[in-house]
Amino acid sequence: MNTVPLSHILFLSTALFFIGMYGLFTRRNMITMLMAIELMLNSVNINFVAFNKYLYPGKLDGLFFALFIITIAAAEAAVAIAIIINLYRTHRSIDVDDATDMKY
Amino acid sequence: MNGYAYLIWIPLLPLLGFVLMGLFGRTLRNASGMIGTLLLAGSTLLSFVAAYQYFFSDGKVNDVYRKITAFTITWLQFSPGVSIDMSLVIDPVSAMMLVVVCFVSLMVHVFSLGYMKGETRFATYYAYLSLFTFSMLGLVLAGNLFQVYIFWELVGVSSFLLIGFYYDRPSAVAASKKAFIVTRFADLGFLVGILVMAFYGQSLDIATLIGNLAAPQSAAYLSMTTAGFMGISALTWGLLLIFIGGAGKSAMFPLHIWLPDAMEGPTPVSALIHAATMVVAGVYLVARLFPVFSLDVSVMQVVTWTGIVSALLAALIACTQTDIKRVLAYSTMSQIGYMMFALGISGSGGEDGLGFMASMFHLFTHAFFKSLLFLCAGVIIHFVHSNDMRDMGGLRKLLPVTHVCFLVACLAISGIPPFAGFFSKEEILLAAYHANKPVYFIALFTAVLTAFYMFRLYFSVFWHKEPGHSPTHGEGALSMKLPLIVLLLCTVLAGFIPIASWVTVDGKTLATHMNPGFSVAPVVLSTLAILLAMRWYKKTSDTPDAAASALGPAFQTVSKKFYIDEAYLFVTRKIVFPFIGRPAAWIDRHIVDGAVNGIAGITGKLSQSVRAWQSGKVQSYALYFFSGIALLAIVFIYLWK
Repeated sequence: MNTVPLSHILFLSTALFFIGMYGLFTRRNMITMLMAIELMLNSVNINFVAFNKYLYPGKLDGLFFALFIITIAAAEAAVAIAIIINLYRTHRSIDVDDATDMKY
Repeated sequence: MNGYAYLIWIPLLPLLGFVLMGLFGRTLRNASGMIGTLLLAGSTLLSFVAAYQYFFSDGKVNDVYRKITAFTITWLQFSPGVSIDMSLVIDPVSAMMLVVVCFVSLMVHVFSLGYMKGETRFATYYAYLSLFTFSMLGLVLAGNLFQVYIFWELVGVSSFLLIGFYYDRPSAVAASKKAFIVTRFADLGFLVGILVMAFYGQSLDIATLIGNLAAPQSAAYLSMTTAGFMGISALTWGLLLIFIGGAGKSAMFPLHIWLPDAMEGPTPVSALIHAATMVVAGVYLVARLFPVFSLDVSVMQVVTWTGIVSALLAALIACTQTDIKRVLAYSTMSQIGYMMFALGISGSGGEDGLGFMASMFHLFTHAFFKSLLFLCAGVIIHFVHSNDMRDMGGLRKLLPVTHVCFLVACLAISGIPPFAGFFSKEEILLAAYHANKPVYFIALFTAVLTAFYMFRLYFSVFWHKEPGHSPTHGEGALSMKLPLIVLLLCTVLAGFIPIASWVTVDGKTLATHMNPGFSVAPVVLSTLAILLAMRWYKKTSDTPDAAASALGPAFQTVSKKFYIDEAYLFVTRKIVFPFIGRPAAWIDRHIVDGAVNGIAGITGKLSQSVRAWQSGKVQSYALYFFSGIALLAIVFIYLWK
């Protein structure tokens, strides 16, 4: 267990986070954007678990947070997909560039 | 609370009436007249009770009438001594005024039931009347200078509303505006005067103010007489400014120009507001502050000469007017001039206080006979449908009750015994005789003129020629005749009321000065004037016109009211408008408006330039968001430390 240092795991989560961010900014398809957001959430989860494990091994707070985030992410995915379906019904598209009605 | 707590109901009942009729006037309609009259009858009853209780049972302590404060509520406290209170004070003057205001107002309410019948805005009329009565009673009972000022403005507003009651007539609208602007202009002086007095006298409460200032060596008195502006002491300035307010409301020269025009209002209103109650507010104000006024000889001189000049000018103008209500208006102004100069020549105590007593006495009697005259004029106008004396004539058989009332009131105002005006006018003349001879002779001349123009009016209306029109209706309903008869009784009897033992400057009884020898001259001269008027106006004759043309330009000047209106117009049109009004308008349009528009313009430009950020693209918002976070992270990690 001691062979993997904390910095490796942090590197993984940072990479995951910026991959998600890159996806969020470059993709125009809403479903893909949603998936990118999930990636970012998961990178946060990895951070929580890793810090819990390395800094406070006797406690479980970080794990609980990770569980909460997974739950919330599931709910958020449901809401986001509902929004996307509604958007599709009105705009006949799930491209985010087609939904720019809310402007000046 | 010392047995006078019920005083609060005297002003509150008319206020209740105002609220009721103002809110539910449309549903109440004709019942509103009855409601207003009944509420006011309640007030009148209470005021009689209060006056009786004050004068006969508990006002007098050691032979001196004292001030009783029924209650005080501190409303706004500025500093330990200076506060605006709402208080009710009863002293001899306010007790007398209370009775006069309530009684005359009640008579006018009853009279209006008949006079205003069928008017579309009947309920509104009664609402305004109630508002006026409330404000006037508040003014009379006020114990605090600022409270006086508040109610002072309220009577001004109700007067404005009632003068402009027939708002579809342009002349009425102009008259109401004129009255409001002129009195408002004078009230500015009043306000500044109040502030000066409060600053040096350390109080707004009238009794405290008098106490602070009246002691000759008190700190307040010394500081007030030594402080000065432009070589005139602060005391003189304060009193003069307050007097300007009083002169504006009481239509004293040169602020009298609004009163004749105010006759555009309904005639009962003229009887109430512009004859008996509101216009004497200035006299009342000086009387309430009399101990302070009498400290300053120069202000007393101003009061005296303003009063006598107004009395004389108004009497001269009244001789030339042909509108029945305008004649009465000028005669009101003249009689108020009498009251004013009587105050001015009065001393502050003992026998010297005769002028004060006489002034209050004249105020009391004048209220009755002048409101009687106006109500008679109301009946006449109602009957003839014209204000012009030349349309009248020979009405004595058609309007018998009015004829008798008018005759008695004319005799009273001319100072013929035994009617009310005789007693009060004799007292004033006597006081003037002892204090100031020139004033006495002018006053005597004015009294003679008064007799002449009143009987000129009387003979022109009731004799002169045969009635030129067939009567379409009678003299009027009982509600119109009854107040006439009641006021007639008052006019006959009011002179016998021993005001001298009640209303005096220091609260002590004053011995009456009925001196038959002294009265001979005024009465004989007035009688001669009446005979002259009879000779000229009883039958149609050419003599008056001949006399007028013989006087030529002098007559012309007087009949044009000494060109005072024209002078005011000249000043406003040629001086105030181009030199003050236009620059003020320019500043308003270009600098004030410019600043506001400029700020709005800058805001608009700024929003134009940043609105592109609101693109509607979710991803760019997310980018802003992340950049912000990154920026904050950099700030907190590297720069904050």
